[in-house]
Amino acid sequence: MNATIIDAINDALHAEMRNDDRTLVFGQDVAESGGVFRATDGLLAEFGSDRVLDTPLSEIAIVGSAVGLATHGFRPIAEIQFSGFLPPAFDQLVTNASRIRWRTRGELTAPMVVRTPYGAGVRALEHHSESLEGAYGHVPGLTVAIPSTPHDAKGMLISAIRDPDPVLFMEPKHVYRSLREDIPEGDYTEPLGEAAVRQEGDDVTVVSWGAMMHKTLEAVDNLDGVDAEVIDLRTISPLDRETITESVRKTGRCVVVHEAAKTGGFAGELIATINDEVLLYLEAPIERVTGFDIPVPLLSMEDYYVPHPPRIEEAITKTVSY
Amino acid sequence: MDDSPRTVPPAAADIGVDPLSQGDLEIETYRVVRSDGSFDAERVPDLDDEDFRDLYRWMLLQRIYDERATKLQRRGRLGTIASGHGQEASIIGSGYALSRDDWIFPYGREAGALLLHGLSMRDLLLYWRGIEDASRMEGANVFGMAISIGSHIPLATGKAWGLELDGEDAIAFANLGDGATSTGAFHEGLNFAGVLGVPAVFFCQNNQYAISLPFDEQTNAETVAQKALAYGVDGIRVDGNDVLAVYNAVSTARERALEGTPVLVEAVTYRRSAHTTSDDPTRYRSGDEVDEWEERDPLARYRAFLERTGRWGAIDEDAIREEVESEFDEAVDAADAVEERGIEELFAYLHEEMPPELERQLEELRDLLEERPDMYEFIEQRPKG
Repeated sequence: MNATIIDAINDALHAEMRNDDRTLVFGQDVAESGGVFRATDGLLAEFGSDRVLDTPLSEIAIVGSAVGLATHGFRPIAEIQFSGFLPPAFDQLVTNASRIRWRTRGELTAPMVVRTPYGAGVRALEHHSESLEGAYGHVPGLTVAIPSTPHDAKGMLISAIRDPDPVLFMEPKHVYRSLREDIPEGDYTEPLGEAAVRQEGDDVTVVSWGAMMHKTLEAVDNLDGVDAEVIDLRTISPLDRETITESVRKTGRCVVVHEAAKTGGFAGELIATINDEVLLYLEAPIERVTGFDIPVPLLSMEDYYVPHPPRIEEAITKTVSY
Repeated sequence: MDDSPRTVPPAAADIGVDPLSQGDLEIETYRVVRSDGSFDAERVPDLDDEDFRDLYRWMLLQRIYDERATKLQRRGRLGTIASGHGQEASIIGSGYALSRDDWIFPYGREAGALLLHGLSMRDLLLYWRGIEDASRMEGANVFGMAISIGSHIPLATGKAWGLELDGEDAIAFANLGDGATSTGAFHEGLNFAGVLGVPAVFFCQNNQYAISLPFDEQTNAETVAQKALAYGVDGIRVDGNDVLAVYNAVSTARERALEGTPVLVEAVTYRRSAHTTSDDPTRYRSGDEVDEWEERDPLARYRAFLERTGRWGAIDEDAIREEVESEFDEAVDAADAVEERGIEELFAYLHEEMPPELERQLEELRDLLEERPDMYEFIEQRPKG
């Protein structure tokens, strides 16, 4: 089928709810109205109100009750309407979801998914544009996945639902509907914890994920004479160190692109990983292109915040010509 | 598994356990003016004719503001907005009962109350255009919009605490919707306010919907007002489409709060518009329901009261309408006249003094815009919406 990311997510939810009757979908406005982005459209009609529920406006209860259900053998798929509203539930992710297997010595587990749209660029109101994947990736025991294509959105979401442990599934809402590609019908999986090489090259490794992946590909396409290897990280945690270090061993140069603020952002962890494992292969300092160390501006100046292709091009050129 | 039988206790009636139940509560919905304009004369507030006229004027302003702002949004000249359509009596009745020294924590729909307290309409429009400067809320004791629902409730508790410590004769007043009552912040904010006994009023405009979720699915509680009891604060349930009832309820709440008892006020009303301009309510509620509430229109009810009491004759509705329309036109012109801001605005204000790394990032952006003018192909600064 020809699908956008939203279509792919919707299709994955339908597929997995058919496959496993222990799956439940709940969150704010997911049932009756099909979700504010229509990601859950049609689920209530097909699976009924026992398995598809609108919840009160309670992020703590949504994520916390998902943990409780999961320990009871269900497969909850919770939605937090915008990742900017996830912080109250951060407590449940840190205190319960991420560590329940560990603290009960494997007696209890939390196989659950929290889906949430993240990122800037849709001219929404305040608190609707954050990219805090680095913060969530810092929580031991929590898988943080970010697809960038319709194909991966479906395959990775199915993997997330089947995963034995909690997965925070962050969806790049800026490209929810702007990309289309043919994806397989029925179920298929894309692995979590494995990066994808989007384009092979010898001159420089460029790593990105989510909505920034597409800005990165555009930038690489604009640069004549630079043979870039482009890696879509796809999962923030657990990190696929091997794909990154293999690539840098080959190219000797690296640029990391993300939308989140620079300081404490996930690029730092990638750079540290490269330094740990392949420092002596480097021929230039690693560049990072990120959001600035400020809150995402309101819509009138939001475009200045997001890394656009010219910024990415400059960083790649600087690295290659070092 | 333990297979010893569970001890069966005697039937509840025998041992006298009598659970508390919400069915035991009798909660009156306070009202002054009935839907046909008839009223309880003893409850009519002691206001002069100018006040009675002003209440109408401000409700009409709220309505016109919402209509015009929605049109502007449709033409791409505002970002996403939330309308107060249908809630005019709750918004204006409460705003009118407050003192200009009180502090309002808005939740987004109460344009009229904020304007009544001194905010400029230009700045309100600029806020919805996504311009940070507007959040200075110049000229009014108003905090920033609580876009993250419920997040402002504990803030109001803290502000009220400060007002009390400083011995000020003012309250903190938080506007919130029915959805916000399900947040943890609501619970903690109200509980702490009760413990401290601070001058705070939590004003819940129960407009029956949180985006698509109807109130009876938001909570199993029959009313919002009863939640006050759990926190040991006072609760009032008022007809939110009766502007005089709301005025009386909030005036009373304000007095109590100043005496050391925070109050949770539930104004029962209805959101006749979409949740925001990004929402399509036909997906989750019937037109019949909306029509039913249209018949309980707060402006029409108040007008009927004014007619019955002989006050309507002195009110020139057309003149008010004209005045408000031109106020809106002027506000749009003033908003349009705001110049594009420089990029330093993005980096300023995060810290009292800009740290060196932020200075560096600002310089980097400045240099990039100079060296790569094609950056502007990706940037659409929208001071005009």
